[in-house]
Amino acid sequence: MTDKTKKATDFTRRNALTMMAMTGAAGMLAPNLLGKPAHGQTPPAAPTGRVIVGLSQEPTVLNPLMVKIEVDDGVHFSLFDALFRVTPEGEIVPNLATEVPSQANGGISEDGLEWRIKLRDDVRWHDGAPFTAEDVKFTLDLILNPDFRSWRTIGHSLLRDITVVSPTEITWRMETAFAPYLSFLTETFIVPKHAFDGVEDPNSAPFNSNPIGTGAFKFGQRVAGDIITLQANPDYFGDGPYIEQLVFKYIPDLTVMYTQFRSGDIDLIGRQYITPDNYAEASALPGRTVTLVPSPAVETIYLNQEKPQFKELAVREALYAAIDKESIIDALYYGLPTSAETFMPRSSYFYNDALPVHEFNLEHARQLLDDAGWLPGPDGIRQKDGVRLAFTNSTTSGNHLREQAQQFIQQTFREIGVEMTISNLPAAVIWGEFWAMSQFDSVIVGITFLIGADPDVTNRFHSGAISAQGGRGSNNSQYVNTDVDALLEEGSRTFDPEARREIYLKVQEHVRHDLPFLPLFADSNVHGRKEGLDGVVPNGNTRTESWHAAGWYWT
Amino acid sequence: MLGFLLNRLWQSAVLLVIVSIIGFVVLNLIPGGPLSQFALDPGMTQADIDRIAAQMGLDRPIVVQYFDWAWKLLQGDWGHSFRDGAPVLDVIWRHLFATLLLMGSSTVIAIALGTWIGIRGATHRYSTFDYVATVGAMVALSIPTFWFGLVGIYVFALKLGWVPAGNMYTIGDQSVLNYLHHLILPSFVLALVNIAIWSRYMRSATLDVINQDFVNTARAKGVTERRVLMKHVVGNALLPMITLAGMQLPSILSGALVTETVFTWPGMGRLFLDSLGYSDYPVVMGLLMFSAILVLAGNLIADIVVAVVDPRIRLG
Repeated sequence: MTDKTKKATDFTRRNALTMMAMTGAAGMLAPNLLGKPAHGQTPPAAPTGRVIVGLSQEPTVLNPLMVKIEVDDGVHFSLFDALFRVTPEGEIVPNLATEVPSQANGGISEDGLEWRIKLRDDVRWHDGAPFTAEDVKFTLDLILNPDFRSWRTIGHSLLRDITVVSPTEITWRMETAFAPYLSFLTETFIVPKHAFDGVEDPNSAPFNSNPIGTGAFKFGQRVAGDIITLQANPDYFGDGPYIEQLVFKYIPDLTVMYTQFRSGDIDLIGRQYITPDNYAEASALPGRTVTLVPSPAVETIYLNQEKPQFKELAVREALYAAIDKESIIDALYYGLPTSAETFMPRSSYFYNDALPVHEFNLEHARQLLDDAGWLPGPDGIRQKDGVRLAFTNSTTSGNHLREQAQQFIQQTFREIGVEMTISNLPAAVIWGEFWAMSQFDSVIVGITFLIGADPDVTNRFHSGAISAQGGRGSNNSQYVNTDVDALLEEGSRTFDPEARREIYLKVQEHVRHDLPFLPLFADSNVHGRKEGLDGVVPNGNTRTESWHAAGWYWT
Repeated sequence: MLGFLLNRLWQSAVLLVIVSIIGFVVLNLIPGGPLSQFALDPGMTQADIDRIAAQMGLDRPIVVQYFDWAWKLLQGDWGHSFRDGAPVLDVIWRHLFATLLLMGSSTVIAIALGTWIGIRGATHRYSTFDYVATVGAMVALSIPTFWFGLVGIYVFALKLGWVPAGNMYTIGDQSVLNYLHHLILPSFVLALVNIAIWSRYMRSATLDVINQDFVNTARAKGVTERRVLMKHVVGNALLPMITLAGMQLPSILSGALVTETVFTWPGMGRLFLDSLGYSDYPVVMGLLMFSAILVLAGNLIADIVVAVVDPRIRLG
């Protein structure tokens, strides 16, 4: 996607120190030479101090290739490296690779099928063994091992003929051209081949409980149900780390987690962050830095297009017009989120800012339904051809803000003669088959549509991605638009960012017009950390606040 | 005595099998299952989820899954957690320590204070102390523990700063003193309800005994009131309390769900809740079997102890 490859990772303070150490006593003096200035605005020369990150869910697997949840990412980003990383601006930069392959630099062939990746030669695993192309091949093979409980296989499943050319070069062929794969590789952490030598079942390898990475932190210890401790890796090839110990602490309740943030038991509040109702109070806390960070998740009402109530565009438009977004955002969500018209995060390069803007207008909504022939029946609920404009709406029970939003929407819908019945379900139930096999009428759900920073949404909007109709994917609103299908197919074959942008701007236009889901708002998270903890940068293109703990330091 | 024991053991085994079947079936009846948490992942397809289900053996008929699980359990293999792949017994042991610490200290507090309040309430019936204790017990029983916990944290940790706001220890400081410091608030909060229960039971048990003939006889013989109380009254009043303690043993080991959550205490109660939330079948089943065994063992031990200390049961 870019060939701006020579970044800070290539020559760093650490390299400088290493060189000093090699030249003799200067290394010993380095802490004094480069160490904390009086007001300490730069990272310390040697890793110092500890950072405790609070998480409201417990990280699950330590093997980064196994099926995992969002909260695992913070641990994985700290222990491991991928071939590439994605910056907060959405730029893909080299990590274990030395450059990002593109058609321009010859790393990807003109037809998009042949990939050639060059790797760093100065990287060592935490146990001292050198990192080579064999490890990359092993990683990709393991993901595709049918007996291994691997996470996403999308993209990887197109790989053919993975070939190790030299310890620093690997090539492969793709079954079809697939541009999003570059972005997927930013979330594909490389694991050491030698850690699986002689292991019969990779699902129960010793590595899975005692991981070895190349990352800025080494695995320390895990206390189940409590903490995961990581130690600084002094030999890290990249920038940092500047802290000696990184601790992920599991605090299962958001209120309790916030209390521990107030009391100072945790230094940084991680997923799911500070609840909106505590934002005002948290901002005023002394000694704490609290910021509002846009989240890539979009709050939506998914409408099941196969239900007779929702088949007509006029109905979907009327429902959209009958939602008082502004009041929901201001009154229920403390004004933190921003209204959204698309699935694309506002910060994305591919964001379409020219989409029609939603307007709350009950009169217009009634007019739309009247014109489409949906007329009030004897009970006041509109109907057409024997179909009542009545449906259920579901979301995770126990999500109080959403439950209030539901009641609010229910009221305005009733005013235009639409009956919405609330039928909420526990998380494990609603996000099972009910969701995946499109058994719902409508669902309120916060969705991250993109994988990494890539704009590809084939999985969500392609007609071939409807599981309920035998497809492969998560097009759970059963949205079918052949123009969108064609655009998505073209987009995933196109490598040039400019050309792709045009394509995905059009996809957004279609989706905004067709309303397979009613976009409510782009979510924001309230992040918080202790004052004096610097180098913490949010990255909406990853799923974790701890995507770059290597750069954190105390001042 | 041996026949009694064997009989009880046999009954316990049958009960365990029934509990395991019911638990397994109910757990599997809950829709969703362990893989639903991946459903919202933008890169996970239904095909991925089906593949993982097959790898984990979740696509087999429930009967096959049950017998597979039960057969392995009989061989001492409790299975592995779906979440982090750790052996179930390891997971349980690790959480058991935290729970034992918290429940142990709170039980000691509850029994000591509860017994004292109960006896004093009985010997000073209808005194101011008795009324205060009665009303206090009602209050402690009716207000939920998490409320006490949150108020306790707010007052003693955030406002006064006397105790930590939760956690079992300060990360980086694992001294005994540090553990004790962290224990104070949660164990008192947790003890509150049990003090109420114990004091009520103890009060009525003492009242049952206090006017019995043998007590009056002791008094008539000229035994000091203090000795009457300690030896004759309390000794006999404690008998029913042994049964109560036996019944409380499983709750001691199965943990205090709410208190553990409020105080970020990595114990068994929270483990159970988390495992249910993740549909971590092996751990949930492991915990179920573990606590079922504890309930049965607790009752058995209480019966034996009562038989040992009470000659009427032993000989009768």
